[in-house]
Amino acid sequence: MSMPSLPLFLSQLFNGLATGLLLSLISAGLTIIYGTLGVLNLAHGALFMVGAYAGFMALQWTGSFVIAIFGGMVGALVVGLIMERVIVRYYYQRPPEDQILVTFGIGIVITELVRLGFGGIAKPVPVPSWGQGITRIGSLIYPTYRIEMMAIVAVALVGLYVLLYRTRIGMIVRAGIEDSLMVNMLGINVYRVFLLVFGVGAMTAGFAGILNAPILAVTPDMGESFLVMSFVVIVIGGVGSFPGAIVGGIIAGEIISLTSMFSSAYSHVMLFAIMAVLLAVRPQGLFGIEGRE
Amino acid sequence: MTDDNDQKKQKGGMHRRDFLKLGAGVAGGLVFSGGLGRLAQAADYAPIGNYPAGIKGSSVFMGIAVPRTGPYSAQGEDEIKGYLLAIDHINKGTSLARAYSPHSKKGVLGKMIEYGIADNQTKPNVAVQAISKFISDNKAMMVTGSVSSAVAIAAGKLCDRERTIYLPAITGSNATTGKDCQRYSFRACHFAYTSAKALAPVIKNALGAGKKVAYLTPDYTYGHSVYNSMKQFTEAQGWTTVNNQLPPLGTSDFSTYLLNIANSGADVLVNICFGRDAVISTKQAKQFGLLDKMTLVMPYMAPFFADEVGADLLQGVYGTTEFWWTLAEKNPMAKEFVEDFEKRNGRKPGWSAHIAFLQTMLWARGVESAGTFHPPTVVAEYEKGNTIATDIGDVHWRAEDHQLVRPVFVIRGKKPSDMRNKEDFYDIVEGVPGKDVMPPIEQFGCKLGPAA
Repeated sequence: MSMPSLPLFLSQLFNGLATGLLLSLISAGLTIIYGTLGVLNLAHGALFMVGAYAGFMALQWTGSFVIAIFGGMVGALVVGLIMERVIVRYYYQRPPEDQILVTFGIGIVITELVRLGFGGIAKPVPVPSWGQGITRIGSLIYPTYRIEMMAIVAVALVGLYVLLYRTRIGMIVRAGIEDSLMVNMLGINVYRVFLLVFGVGAMTAGFAGILNAPILAVTPDMGESFLVMSFVVIVIGGVGSFPGAIVGGIIAGEIISLTSMFSSAYSHVMLFAIMAVLLAVRPQGLFGIEGRE
Repeated sequence: MTDDNDQKKQKGGMHRRDFLKLGAGVAGGLVFSGGLGRLAQAADYAPIGNYPAGIKGSSVFMGIAVPRTGPYSAQGEDEIKGYLLAIDHINKGTSLARAYSPHSKKGVLGKMIEYGIADNQTKPNVAVQAISKFISDNKAMMVTGSVSSAVAIAAGKLCDRERTIYLPAITGSNATTGKDCQRYSFRACHFAYTSAKALAPVIKNALGAGKKVAYLTPDYTYGHSVYNSMKQFTEAQGWTTVNNQLPPLGTSDFSTYLLNIANSGADVLVNICFGRDAVISTKQAKQFGLLDKMTLVMPYMAPFFADEVGADLLQGVYGTTEFWWTLAEKNPMAKEFVEDFEKRNGRKPGWSAHIAFLQTMLWARGVESAGTFHPPTVVAEYEKGNTIATDIGDVHWRAEDHQLVRPVFVIRGKKPSDMRNKEDFYDIVEGVPGKDVMPPIEQFGCKLGPAA
């Protein structure tokens, strides 16, 4: 195949950033929970889907997409909190394979419950009125909503960063990761902090879910492919690293977009190939710390 | 991820007064069908597949494996509704069942159809597991259901090895009755080659000469088949192929593929995606402004595509379909099917339900005409290629590759203001006769295996 034209290259570069930021957001939720609680939450894709459905319902009731976004966040938050209180917290001290199995199981249950309630046919979530149409940036033609999404996601990621690294709560969270016993002895209820972290991770997934709803089909298994992608992202970026999730997401988005110019069939293959190479050369990922459990 | 083999018994019509069942004796016994006086003696045939183990009781088992999860689940659910409708008509021996299968009374050769439903998850390995269970545990005499050609081909291979009749529902790949054709498998729907051959002249007339075409092709056997056939027939009429994008089955974000198409200079976008992928990719193509500068063509139009993308997007879009409910206006059998389906399900049937219904009816007819469930004899009955009256007109099986020679319907999306009701999405532009669009037998390399 011939070399792609410059306008196409720029389009794909921009598209890689746009899709990459979304992957960053989804992966951030996954990595926050893992980095803090040591639990690899395989129900993350299901929480993403719950966000889309909760947002869809909020949209049906109110007609406002802004309220739908909050609806999606709250929906996933509530489901996440229930998950943590009822099941997951009993697994913090269990081996990782138990945690993986239990969260995977929870994901299936949530997905099937939604299927039972809503059926398998896609629910319509239209692009909001303020996101209609196409924006031209030079030679690039891009859906307005996707550009707005980039901005919203960027703000959300900064917000998460500030919460985790620039607030007292974030400090407690990070201290809890290092030595939860010590934090407990200082009179801080570390389990409440863990609940909070799980909630924030779930809410991030739900937020990503409703934001994505207008461009995807809202179906019970919509989270599956995103769960896989977010794994790739955090493996590239470094499992448990927040900056790793962001950079990993953008790298993944760019790999897919840029490879597709040459061979669309290999764009996802290339992503996994690069992940495999990276695992061989730098097993802890780009931002991971070697040997940290 | 359900793994439901929910088995249901059809209670209705279990007392078969029309039949006189004589002493069972050996293997399946002697069934004497009252009015017609045709005899079927199981003992005459050597055991093969599930014969005669599967016909010892008063019922026969039909294994239904369809996608209930994944990108093709809406079509899978619709297939189930078509199967249930057919089973009910056959078990009750209604006039509609007899229209397909004139020898039928109640059930098939007097046996009630029992069935099991499994979720094949649109995955060949899952389908093979589910079907193996139907064959070994339930002694299925017929297995059916598919939306993905990858599943249909895998299921066909398994059933051929097990000497069990397999009837795929939706499968658009040329390979299904081409290089992967099977002695025990019969395809009734239209497919890549027949669709492309029927569609190409219509879109040339409508859109003009010298068009540049970009393709969005799901990256597996079905997609490649439709791409190859569309390329063949459009290039033969002077159109050029400028781009082909290959997203994997189950893609949720098509942005990167659509940008490549946007920059390809194409003026026609042929979207081969099916099921949910077709819906998402088309919506995203609209969002990326592609549909403002390119005409959309859907060579293998998926059921419910119209309902999910909405009429606005559909106006002037060309495609082909296996069945469309307005056929009821011309054909009394189609009328009865559509009306009964709508009465039970509150909506019109998609072609997924229709193909499931049709395959089941054609099977009942095949078994009744053969006078036995003995699989090689049923296969031989199909291979006679007799003309059969159906709700899509007269059809017949082609013995050499087990493809049904049947019409292909070219459709065009209506203007929203022209729609008479909320499901009146398409005009049937042309019903192209099957004999005009069938490929030469040697083209796709079908070599059927032995029957026994």
